Amino acid sequence: MESIRTIPSAAITDCVARLCIRACTVLPGQVVTLLEAAGRTEPYPPAQNTLRLIRQNAVVAATKNVPICQDTGMAVVFAEVGQDVHIAGGTLEDAVNAGVARGYAEGWLRKSVIRDPLRRQNTGDNTPAVLHVRLTAGDHLKLTVSPKGFGSENMSRLAMLTPADGLEGVKAFVLETVRLAGANPCPPIMLGVGIGGTFEQVALLAKEALVELREGPHPDPYYAALEEELLSSINRLGIGPQGFGGRTTALSVRIKTAPTHIAGLPVAVNMGCHVTRHATETL
Amino acid sequence: MALSLQSPFTQQVLDSLRAGDQVLLSGVVYTARDAAHARFCTALAAGEPLPVDLRGQTIFYAGPTPTPPGKASGAIGPTTSTRMDPYTPPLLAYGVKALIGKGQRSEEVKAALMQNGAAYFVAVGGCAASLAACVQSVEVLAYPDLGTESVKKLVIRDLPLTVAIDTRGEDFYREGQKRYLESVR
Repeated sequence: MESIRTIPSAAITDCVARLCIRACTVLPGQVVTLLEAAGRTEPYPPAQNTLRLIRQNAVVAATKNVPICQDTGMAVVFAEVGQDVHIAGGTLEDAVNAGVARGYAEGWLRKSVIRDPLRRQNTGDNTPAVLHVRLTAGDHLKLTVSPKGFGSENMSRLAMLTPADGLEGVKAFVLETVRLAGANPCPPIMLGVGIGGTFEQVALLAKEALVELREGPHPDPYYAALEEELLSSINRLGIGPQGFGGRTTALSVRIKTAPTHIAGLPVAVNMGCHVTRHATETL
Repeated sequence: MALSLQSPFTQQVLDSLRAGDQVLLSGVVYTARDAAHARFCTALAAGEPLPVDLRGQTIFYAGPTPTPPGKASGAIGPTTSTRMDPYTPPLLAYGVKALIGKGQRSEEVKAALMQNGAAYFVAVGGCAASLAACVQSVEVLAYPDLGTESVKKLVIRDLPLTVAIDTRGEDFYREGQKRYLESVR
């Protein structure tokens, strides 16, 4: 029999609190690298200037420990729980929510969550988190906090395409989503694209593609080429940083796929702004 | 060169601005976003006064992070203006003269801006750490139950803005993208 490792729920709370603050104040290295690269390839001077302001802001945030963006988001939390882990002292969900409440209080982050979507009373502590749990092998617990702002989230879309729509239908849907969003999601944007699965699965694939920010090209050359093609099509639209024109409408397109039904071709585009954030720790 | 301007604006200054102008704005602006706008419009429809007299004033679509001890303001920046579109024509008819946000506006808002001699400005979205340095004080004036969405009076200094829609209805989103596409043709 495998030995069981015990992780106190308080350790999870401490970790989530730390990750909320870090994610909201320190832009991930990959995003900084993409912004720097965009600064070198952007040919339009007003757009270069906007990209410079965006990069400067990330430096101010990290050095002064101030949120990068005032929309410190809904806390989307991914927990990969090794199946040889026992959480002691409370449930995972309670531990994560306690961490979000503490992190958003101690970090002076904005409380943007309302209890009920129609009656709209602020919960006051940015809970509950949106928690996605996956059981994995081993005895570790990996936590990722990805605070999601709604300027970009609101511009996300999902379509249940048909097999006849095919590859061209997917491309057209992604481009239409970016065009409809225009200046609203704070371009330069980052796109997570989910293709396949079921209605609920394709949305999660898109979110994961955005949060994981895979480094390097897609392992499948077919999708690596599709990501490249979509990115260059998007960057010919002319929307540009903040929507005032320019090449740099998007910094990256990341695709995740899953098997789907013979009758279906679900596609989801999760829109991220230039402050696409996450922080990760393994316990 | 950015123009150094004062809020509230005079009509003469507003009328002199052109879409695409860069502005450094100082003076007083009032924050209000979705929930406060809904309450404003309910009050206006009922013929009741707003909790703050906003005639002639500037609204900033913003919900800052809480102000940490020893600082003048938390992180602050514009939210997406499109969501305020349904509420905007009645507020412009009431007398609000300038709006600050980010993103494009509806044709109805453009028409209402022209009709009422008002202008729409935008700040760079997602640069809230930098913009916080332009805020000298934050004071909650109304709807404290809304938390970050309450109506706040901000005293600002040199807040960097772009005129996105001027009092003639010229739209710099359209114009800027057109200029870029022409430059690479």
